[in-house]
Amino acid sequence: MAECHPVGFQWVMEAKARGATLIHVDPRLTRTGALADLHVPIRAGTDIALLGGLINYVLSNGLEFREYVVAYTNAATIINEEFQDTEDLDGLFSGWRDDTASYSTDSWQYEGVRVASAAGKREQGAKEKAREASDLRAYQRHATERGHEHGSHGAPLTDLHKLRRDETLEHPRCVFQLLKRHYRRYTPEMVAQICGIPEELFRQLARAVTENSTRDRTTAWAYAVGWTQHTVGVQYIRAASVLQLLLGNIGRPGGGILALRGHASIQGSTDIPTLYNLLPGYLPMPHPDAHSSLDEYVADDSSDTGYWGNLRAYAVSLLKAYWGDAATADNDFCFDYLPRITGDHSTYQTVQAQLDGTCKGYFLNGQNPAVGSANARAQRFGMANLDWLVVRDFSLIESATWWKDGPEIESGELRTEDIGTEVFFLPAATHTEKDGSFTNTQRMLQWHHKAVEPPGDARSDLWFWYHLGRRIREKLAGSTAERDRPILDLNWHYSTSGPHAEPSAEEVLQEINGWKADGSCLSTYEELADDGSTVCGCWIYCGVYADGVNQAARRKPHTEQNWVAPEWGWAWPANRRLLYNRASADPEGRPWSERKAYVWWDAEKKKWTGHDVPDFQPTKPPDHRPPEGAKRQDALSGIDPFIMQADGKGWLYVPAGLSDGPLPTHYEPQESPVPNLLYGQRRNPARQTSRRRDVDPYQPSGDEPGSEVFPYVMTTYRLTEHHTAGGMSRWLPYLSELQPEMFCEVSPELAAEVGLDHLGWATIVTARSAIEARVLVTDRMVPVRVHDRIVHQVGLPYHWGHNGITTGDSANDLTHMALDPDVHIQEVKALTCDIRPGRRPRGPERRRLVEEYQRRAGITAATGTTHRTTERHGESV
Amino acid sequence: MSAAQETGGEVRRDGLHHVAPGREALIGSRGGRRPGRGGELVPPAEFRSYYGRAVIKPPVWKAHNIAGYLFLGGVAGGAALLAAGADLTGRPDMRRSARLIAAGATGLSLAVLIRDLGRPERFLHMLRVVKPTSPMSIGTWLLVGFSPLVAAGVLDEASGLLPRRGAELAALLGRPAGLAASALAPAVTTYTGALIANTAVPAWHGAHRELPYLFGASALAAAGGLVAAAAPAREAAPARVAGIAGAVAAQLLDRAVHRRLGQLAEPLSTGPSGRLLRTSRWCARAGLVLLAASVVRRSRALDIAGGLALAAESALTKFGYFHAGTASAADPRYTVLPQRERSAGPRQLP
Amino acid sequence: MTNDLLEGTKDPAPDSGYPQPPPRMGFFTDTSVCIGCKACEVACKEWNLIPDDGLSLLGMSYDNTGMLGADTWRHVAFIEQDRPLGRQQNAIAAMPTGPSASAHNALVVAAGLGEQHGARLGTETGALRMTAVPDGRHPARVGAAGRTELRWLMASDVCKHCTHAACLDVCPTGSLFRTEFGTVVVQEDICNGCGYCVPACPYGVIDQRKDDGRVWKCTLCYDRLGVGQEPACAKACPTDSIQFGPLDELRERAARRVEQLHDAGVVEARLYGADPDDGVGGAGAFFLLLDDPEVYGFPPDPVVTTRDLPTMWRHTVVAAVAVGATVLAAFAGARR
Repeated sequence: MAECHPVGFQWVMEAKARGATLIHVDPRLTRTGALADLHVPIRAGTDIALLGGLINYVLSNGLEFREYVVAYTNAATIINEEFQDTEDLDGLFSGWRDDTASYSTDSWQYEGVRVASAAGKREQGAKEKAREASDLRAYQRHATERGHEHGSHGAPLTDLHKLRRDETLEHPRCVFQLLKRHYRRYTPEMVAQICGIPEELFRQLARAVTENSTRDRTTAWAYAVGWTQHTVGVQYIRAASVLQLLLGNIGRPGGGILALRGHASIQGSTDIPTLYNLLPGYLPMPHPDAHSSLDEYVADDSSDTGYWGNLRAYAVSLLKAYWGDAATADNDFCFDYLPRITGDHSTYQTVQAQLDGTCKGYFLNGQNPAVGSANARAQRFGMANLDWLVVRDFSLIESATWWKDGPEIESGELRTEDIGTEVFFLPAATHTEKDGSFTNTQRMLQWHHKAVEPPGDARSDLWFWYHLGRRIREKLAGSTAERDRPILDLNWHYSTSGPHAEPSAEEVLQEINGWKADGSCLSTYEELADDGSTVCGCWIYCGVYADGVNQAARRKPHTEQNWVAPEWGWAWPANRRLLYNRASADPEGRPWSERKAYVWWDAEKKKWTGHDVPDFQPTKPPDHRPPEGAKRQDALSGIDPFIMQADGKGWLYVPAGLSDGPLPTHYEPQESPVPNLLYGQRRNPARQTSRRRDVDPYQPSGDEPGSEVFPYVMTTYRLTEHHTAGGMSRWLPYLSELQPEMFCEVSPELAAEVGLDHLGWATIVTARSAIEARVLVTDRMVPVRVHDRIVHQVGLPYHWGHNGITTGDSANDLTHMALDPDVHIQEVKALTCDIRPGRRPRGPERRRLVEEYQRRAGITAATGTTHRTTERHGESV
Repeated sequence: MSAAQETGGEVRRDGLHHVAPGREALIGSRGGRRPGRGGELVPPAEFRSYYGRAVIKPPVWKAHNIAGYLFLGGVAGGAALLAAGADLTGRPDMRRSARLIAAGATGLSLAVLIRDLGRPERFLHMLRVVKPTSPMSIGTWLLVGFSPLVAAGVLDEASGLLPRRGAELAALLGRPAGLAASALAPAVTTYTGALIANTAVPAWHGAHRELPYLFGASALAAAGGLVAAAAPAREAAPARVAGIAGAVAAQLLDRAVHRRLGQLAEPLSTGPSGRLLRTSRWCARAGLVLLAASVVRRSRALDIAGGLALAAESALTKFGYFHAGTASAADPRYTVLPQRERSAGPRQLP
Repeated sequence: MTNDLLEGTKDPAPDSGYPQPPPRMGFFTDTSVCIGCKACEVACKEWNLIPDDGLSLLGMSYDNTGMLGADTWRHVAFIEQDRPLGRQQNAIAAMPTGPSASAHNALVVAAGLGEQHGARLGTETGALRMTAVPDGRHPARVGAAGRTELRWLMASDVCKHCTHAACLDVCPTGSLFRTEFGTVVVQEDICNGCGYCVPACPYGVIDQRKDDGRVWKCTLCYDRLGVGQEPACAKACPTDSIQFGPLDELRERAARRVEQLHDAGVVEARLYGADPDDGVGGAGAFFLLLDDPEVYGFPPDPVVTTRDLPTMWRHTVVAAVAVGATVLAAFAGARR
């Protein structure tokens, strides 16, 4: 965190000053570790084993926060009897299907509750198509469908009142007992063997975490992409959620799981998404087979109970924002205008589509895949296969110049004259050159005002997209073609100013906030109606312009308000600074502890009160129990803090919504130096692989023959001095001189083993490519003892490319495109490689070196693509 | 420990309790290991540095300029003294050569000093202030006074080439100017010792007591030698004696410096400066023998040879000490170790 | 212009002729909370428009700046040590490790550095050669004799703005002057690049900019202080490792901080430059260190050279008299 979020780290120091213990889990000792009380070295890619070990430590020692767990989580809920655990199936859950290489989740459900499986319906549609289509297409289509069934929220449940709970937590099929059983083999000994964390150290960590998680004390976990960029990325975070729920650390001050986002407003880009499968506010994209009308869409994706029950109001208000007066009840509020999602169109699928030649054009807005995306080599080949490419960035990044000076040009694999891609470079304005908002990691919006005019032709993104839309509409003006209606009816009227006709960013924010019928600004999403009388561009942001004031621009100092500082910026939803904060009080509504008071029930005033905006219906008393058949949030009782979930409980166990299991399970990374000690199932069975031997071959893993060719673990990361793929730092002398050259970090032991010299050169090789880097030999890298062997790890910053002031090879030339099945994120934090002294070969020789490695490792198209590696499995197909 | 440290911060219904600013974070206080055995554990004897990097900055002066000036300034001062003496004791030929040498050395001195400035055009900024804390400032004012006086001497010598009025004026000013110059001259020869000693450069500052004497003596040796070499043998006797005296004294003072510096003298005897200083000693010996011989039996040849030898001795000494200083600044050991000993023992220099 | 020889007072501003100066301002750099983000280096260069000084991978842990110089007014040092920090637990002892590389790396770096110093470190990437090291090429293989400790120290260095400032004393042009805040600043329109201040500074702070001829160093953001702002580096520091304020307050706070750390088991914490009786009369920018000063590149016990200047002047005069006398004697003794 000190490395990549130095400004945020000041709050960690505040916590330390208040007596907190700071623990740093990382393969390397980073700037964070330098200041931590405890550094826990770990083998990259094994955190679920560690978290599972902690969960097991909690459960087997009875250290869970019993009252919290019983009242606020689904620990007591009973799961239906067809469910089989990885303990029964050697690493698979019940419902595995070899034909689709995926799970059918029906056996995972709550007992007695019929889960309206929108998923089910969609799988039907997908499968029919799959039969027609070729095997590969079917594979790709199906294997990638399930990640986005529910948009971003839990599966809906019906007949909530039929749900069976055993609050003694003794029932063999209650979630609590299933958890115990699932994690019982995640012992300290096992953790030591898998993660390389010495037992005593693990016990110290476990003691520190559990002793600090009580009525009086809370523990927080902060993570960044070190946890997410894995083929089991989502399950990493799930594992942390399970642990935090068991310890009562969610919804309480000083608790939680903090996602440290990669850069400014990444949070914003998921709220009002640049993601392909979401509409603003985490509404799912409609599906062509399932959603021919708004009613079907709402029926599928809203749940009867919980706040998602209001989906129709959110969706209609959004459609009104898109199409304004054209959207009426008669035409289903232009629901038909919305594009439909037909499958996985995530980054890496798009790259494959480019390689297949089905994706013809590509917009890159402040993104540098030729350096920053996994398997940058494949990215460049993909771009070389396009008709046109638009790059909007501050400077001529590698993604804009690969066609004349990329590594493939050097190696002769691509020749400029053969590349048909037409590349447009459009200079972009920086955040200091335009008005706008950042949504920070804690969901807080902060407004920034333009300080200087952008230089030359540089323009803001808002300017670019607004005027692009305007020109398209002008071209289509007068068209009668049905297909042009969505664009022509679009509500595309923003006032512009200045010599370049810059659109007003504040107007956009107002539209996001939304208006009532009378044109006044909405102040909370509770006001949203499903009859078209309200307009709202993103329901969770509703209130950011309450009272016609830009709440995000507030900068009242913390010294002039309470310690939660509600008047500093604005946080969604409804300016709540801590989500699910009803959980900070006990079931009766009293703070769990007087020294951890945050939100509580005021019996006299008959309302919830506290330091923050209660994340609960303000007047619903703790003893409220909903009548049978109640709908939406009214179906939740006074002790259901997790109001976005259909049952109002924190989900220790996820009956639906995930593609790779209801409980986090340790699988080895796509490429690992060791087999899976826990199960015959080595890797995440549902992970996605590209199946492209030509540009994205995988290496033998574990004990597979040839794995010894790539004996070392490799992990990529960022440095304080540079920013992601370098577009914002490698062109700045003041930053470049601070980290002037691509390097790799190795332990003295690895240096001795391979013969690397401090400040000398090393060549790092994977099945994808070979790069060179200067060597830093450092005590901060330590080998770990894993299984029966010692594993060395190589650290590689991924900032460098061949343009800019400081240049170097790109670490991402080495990485591969095996993905997490739920969110399709790449696994660049844990893979294997070889490292040898000296600089890499030049020109075509570089390729030959890589091919020689592939030959030696016996790599084929099939290598590393097997999904099921255990004999025992559920339904035989 | 603060309350925050012991009990931890609290968020009560009425707000925050036991908070502390982030700067009071206690790093590594809760790792649970036995404390101590940190940096203080290191035995004081062990020498450590930041990656072998110099602690102080070596001079940015260029050797041929500044070391050159250390030599030329000395020659100028010494020669001016001899010129005055020759004038008073009626040695016209010796006076002429001495005056010319003094003036020439002074001119060259000014040239190299100005050339060494990062902004030569701003040379006159030197005259904005008079700072007793800055030997360079005092030295500048010395030269400002000294230069015209020695120049006047040259005019007197060259009166033949001047128009009549000028010649008369020059003749009139010649002696008083020479006498005035001889009043400043000794300081001109010795202040350069303080000039370089008044820095953090270990080998220079360590010898700050001896350097003025050493440079003065060395200046006499050079000036005496050069004048003896330039003047006719029958008039050169005082120059010979001065040169011999200066050279002998310089040798003794060089020894004294080595004794004073102790381990810090290493740079004086090693590397390029070591070579320079060894050679200078041989030159001194040769010069002494030759001039002594000439004292017994006057010989122009002996004077020239011996005189040049002594001049060489002086030049080599100045360059040697200059380079030794740079070397001692570039190696952190010479900065750190003496300071360690000092702070360990009583707080005064050895 | 100030003449503080030995008799300089503890409070330089009045001593320099300011009738009613504001309180003396300075830095307290608490290295125990430094996270090595280098924001101070960048903020300083941005505010003061200092040129970059070259791209070179130094191999000094994460320090690629090297040392303070004409183009580096804040420098963050990184030191990896096989030593513990307070009660910090890094588990190295329990890992399958061999001998430490830190000493070995220092040798490699020193061997590669050659004669390069401070601002002159900036060289073309890769120019810093790996040089064979006396004690063998590599540390030994993984073995029983493993390293057991590890700590990573970071510290942001800056001009000390001494009470008795050698650079200011020796400056022959008066370009260096004492501000009303008690800090020491170069007037760039006066400096003629004589270079005297460079070897005079006992900390190796001030240096000459090659392409410019003049000398440059930290001004403690004199321009910002003038309008009641704190210096750029302190403003940018996220963890308050760099604390700016009236020197007296900072010294009290620092003393408390050291006690606090000692109680917490960080027994190696000590102040550097806070003592008004030290060789420079106390520094205007002082530090809390976790190891001996020289480990961070500081002189252990610096003394302002002008402390000995009276002695030097005395000897200079005596020497001059001696020279004169010798010449007199030479003439007297020399027979015609």
